[in-house]
Amino acid sequence: MARISCMAFIFFMVSLSARASMEIYEFEKEESKQRYQSLIAELRCPKCQNQNLADSSAEIAKDLKARVYKLVNDGKSDAEIVSYLVDRYGDFVTYRPPLRPATWLLWFGPFALFFLVGLFLIWRTYRVNIAPESDAELDRERLEKMLSRHSEKTTTPED
Amino acid sequence: MSDNKTFLYMLPLLIFFALAVLLYSSLEKDPRLLPSARLGQMLPEFSLSSLYSEEIISDQSMMGEASLVNVWATWCPSCRVEHPVLNQLAEEGVVIYGLNYKDDPVEARRYLERLGNPYKKVIQDLSGDLGLDLGVYGAPETYIVGADGTIVYRHVGIVTLENWRSILLPLYQKAQIHSPAMEAIQ
Amino acid sequence: MLAELGQFSLIVALSVACLLATLPMIGAHRSDNSLMQVARPAALVQMLFVTAAFVALVLLFVRNDFTVAYVAAHSNSHLPVWFKISAVWGGHEGSLLLWVFMLSGWTGAVALFSGGLPQETVARTLGVMGWISIGFLSFVLFTSNPFDRLLPDFPFDGNDLNPLLQDFGLIIHPPTLYMGYVGFSVVFAFAIAGLLNGQLDSAWARWSRPWTLIAWCFLTIGIALGSWWAYYELGWGGWWFWDPVENASLMPWLSGTALLHALSVTEKRKVFKSWTVMLAIITFSLSLLGTFLVRSGVLTSVHAFASDPERGLFILIFLGIVVGGSLTLFAMRSHLFKAEGRYTTFSRETLIMFGNLLLVVATFAVLLGTLFPLISEAFGQGKLSVGPPYFNLIFMPLAFAALLLMGSAPFVKWKKQSWREFASSMGGTAALSLLLGFALPWFYSGGLNWKVVLATTFCVWLFIATGKDIIHRTRSKASLLGALVALPNSYKGMILGHVGIAFIVLGVTYTSFYTNEIDSRLSQGESIHIENYRFEFQGVKMHEKVNYSAAIGQIDVYKDEGFLLSLSPEKRVYAVQKNMMTEAAIEWNLARDLYVALGESFDDGSWAVRVSYKPFVRWIWLGALISALGGFFVVADRRYRLKRYRLDAGQSRLPLSNERLINP
Repeated sequence: MARISCMAFIFFMVSLSARASMEIYEFEKEESKQRYQSLIAELRCPKCQNQNLADSSAEIAKDLKARVYKLVNDGKSDAEIVSYLVDRYGDFVTYRPPLRPATWLLWFGPFALFFLVGLFLIWRTYRVNIAPESDAELDRERLEKMLSRHSEKTTTPED
Repeated sequence: MSDNKTFLYMLPLLIFFALAVLLYSSLEKDPRLLPSARLGQMLPEFSLSSLYSEEIISDQSMMGEASLVNVWATWCPSCRVEHPVLNQLAEEGVVIYGLNYKDDPVEARRYLERLGNPYKKVIQDLSGDLGLDLGVYGAPETYIVGADGTIVYRHVGIVTLENWRSILLPLYQKAQIHSPAMEAIQ
Repeated sequence: MLAELGQFSLIVALSVACLLATLPMIGAHRSDNSLMQVARPAALVQMLFVTAAFVALVLLFVRNDFTVAYVAAHSNSHLPVWFKISAVWGGHEGSLLLWVFMLSGWTGAVALFSGGLPQETVARTLGVMGWISIGFLSFVLFTSNPFDRLLPDFPFDGNDLNPLLQDFGLIIHPPTLYMGYVGFSVVFAFAIAGLLNGQLDSAWARWSRPWTLIAWCFLTIGIALGSWWAYYELGWGGWWFWDPVENASLMPWLSGTALLHALSVTEKRKVFKSWTVMLAIITFSLSLLGTFLVRSGVLTSVHAFASDPERGLFILIFLGIVVGGSLTLFAMRSHLFKAEGRYTTFSRETLIMFGNLLLVVATFAVLLGTLFPLISEAFGQGKLSVGPPYFNLIFMPLAFAALLLMGSAPFVKWKKQSWREFASSMGGTAALSLLLGFALPWFYSGGLNWKVVLATTFCVWLFIATGKDIIHRTRSKASLLGALVALPNSYKGMILGHVGIAFIVLGVTYTSFYTNEIDSRLSQGESIHIENYRFEFQGVKMHEKVNYSAAIGQIDVYKDEGFLLSLSPEKRVYAVQKNMMTEAAIEWNLARDLYVALGESFDDGSWAVRVSYKPFVRWIWLGALISALGGFFVVADRRYRLKRYRLDAGQSRLPLSNERLINP
């Protein structure tokens, strides 16, 4: 049933709860306030569809924000606060997945793809470069040059 | 060389195939169900007062027998739905602790008076602190706790006779017979 | 009766789609002209019947026919008429019908505007689009029929449209977005037709390009509208959350952008052919994947439809047939791809190739991040969430590298460019960019954040390089304005497209780092100070409207203690669904937004109030519009206005004779 209450008919770009959630907390230091704000932006409300604590007005989100506030004021570090919540709610609760062998694909995959493919592409153009051009190709290029000179008025050279 | 090229052109198809298998296997799963991060761990330490008396209930006092911990509140409509099932289980001798989660004690007592009290004891969690330590994210939730205090299972949502028989009962019986700590002693 | 007519039209359309998908294909295979000639009329007839079905649903909404289940669930007799019309696509079934409607429109457009193309190409392209239509029409008819009746027990009045959707955003955002998604089906169909024909040359690229560009422009605008809508409607001022549904729209945009560039190279230089075809397939596949993600419920999203695994399975099977089939065809036809042009390691070709790589890596990262929770669970690694910290980290270097390439593009020649020449002509630009990259954030904020410095540097690099190139091209002309107008449209389009991206990057960076937000509890007469603004709370009044009641706050804004204006944020309770809604009040100019939202009220009459100062947030959507405008400029370039295309592979580089006739 808890599930069903979450299942509303909702369309693209719309949230279940459009209430801006505001908790009014006083901080002694500006730094604590900023830490609190960035923490609740990075922590996920466990019950909501896909919302961080900051944007959610669900009861559980309010409780967790209150706890984060308390922990920040107790002088706990960001890492301690995150692991405090991960201990209770699992990795699900943070939007920054932990770095461990099972998440290497996630964290390094895109960069690995870039460098592997990038090197492959450079190697390939380099290899093509040093191969001698055949006569036929040179002829064709010459022809193309003539053609393009011929039609310069009607085409745009750049794009 | 041409083999290499063929493989290169096959690659997108292979990747897509893996993707399709992944998506198919995810279809039947409910993305909202969260496994408890506390499984296999001990109950968090707590000492809270009972809903009915000055008695202090703690994690220590719950040990010695396997039990269910049912998270409920009067503001939770689904709890009302599962309440008759809990009553029936209690009659059958299942040990159930109630965790009255962020509730008004007066209303909670009235609720149990009217609908029956299936709980061995009712822990009063006014602030929701114990709930937070357990990783509760809504009501109702039902935990199976072993005799040694290990959290064996968490059930999110209504307990029905069907899911009791098919999922919860076997785990509860197992927890009764041998809990991990007992095994360690033996 | 109308509902039955609508349903009947869909059934007719499905039958016509079956004809369209088979006869012209067989005709093309056997070189049978009479069969191939079926394609155009069939496409038009299909468009006619789908349009009829769509109009029927619109009329059912306008007439408040609550015997139709879909109307009863998404409308109400008190709804203003323009919201009744947009409520047609306010739920799963109707939005799918909108999708089909657009698909039939694009198919019809291809039938109408393909005059000069060889018969086989037309037949096969329309045939492929027929296959896609079969998939979506049967999806509508068999799993998601918007015309189902609720008889005999129908409600007296409708359940109302979700209040969040009772907004201008719903009227324009989904149609624009779907125009983009569905529009990529054209280039997909053309790629498949090309593979079947065995003809993938520069004429093929030239023909595909305007269609791709138009779809891309719509998608760009659609995404920007969605972001803007979320920003003002959801009440917390967020404009992008890397939610699965948002990512689903971003993936085809990224790969579509790569496709545009690859097409331009294929057209001009006859290289990257296999790559371009691959991108055409991937881009449309990602559109389909987006549909799956949004409607199957495998991922949780703030924007999702009611999920249904059965529908998910249907789309997945369809996805398997379309994508699996086309990728198999691609693998089988690998022998078709022979690069004809040549280029060296440093040339505009390689520059565009690396730009493509950046875009593909970005697409991959979004896909990976979106699906990683599923991967992790499938391998028993538990549930986890991938969100903004991950995507921001990946996107930052990619965006910077892309800006670097975009700035360099005009100064790198096709085929071969000397490093030395490039370095000597761009050295000054680089130095100046770096200088301004430090100076601008310093003057703006009085501090330096390395991310802001880098973002500013790369954006400035693009601006200066672009400016330099424009000056270079217009220098010799008498009047600057005349020279600017005389620049080729495709060049103007490129400039606008790239400059728009720099605007987006600047907007994102400065809003992210310099937003100043205060949540406070205010009683009447109390103020909040942000930057040089003062927000004075004047209390809240209750108002009753037709279908909602509202608490409307009044907050007077003073700039440097001079009165600027009054803002009126609202909290609304809608009568039918009892939803609580926050309507933020926004005062904006190009340099900043002032964003005010009401929270809850307290017993002593005070209210929670959120006030934000968001610098340059408008640049994000402005940039997207500039980019889209650039796309339209390229479409307007003279070479795409040709009525006839020569697909003859041997001499396809320039259709000389025709061009002469039209543009003497």
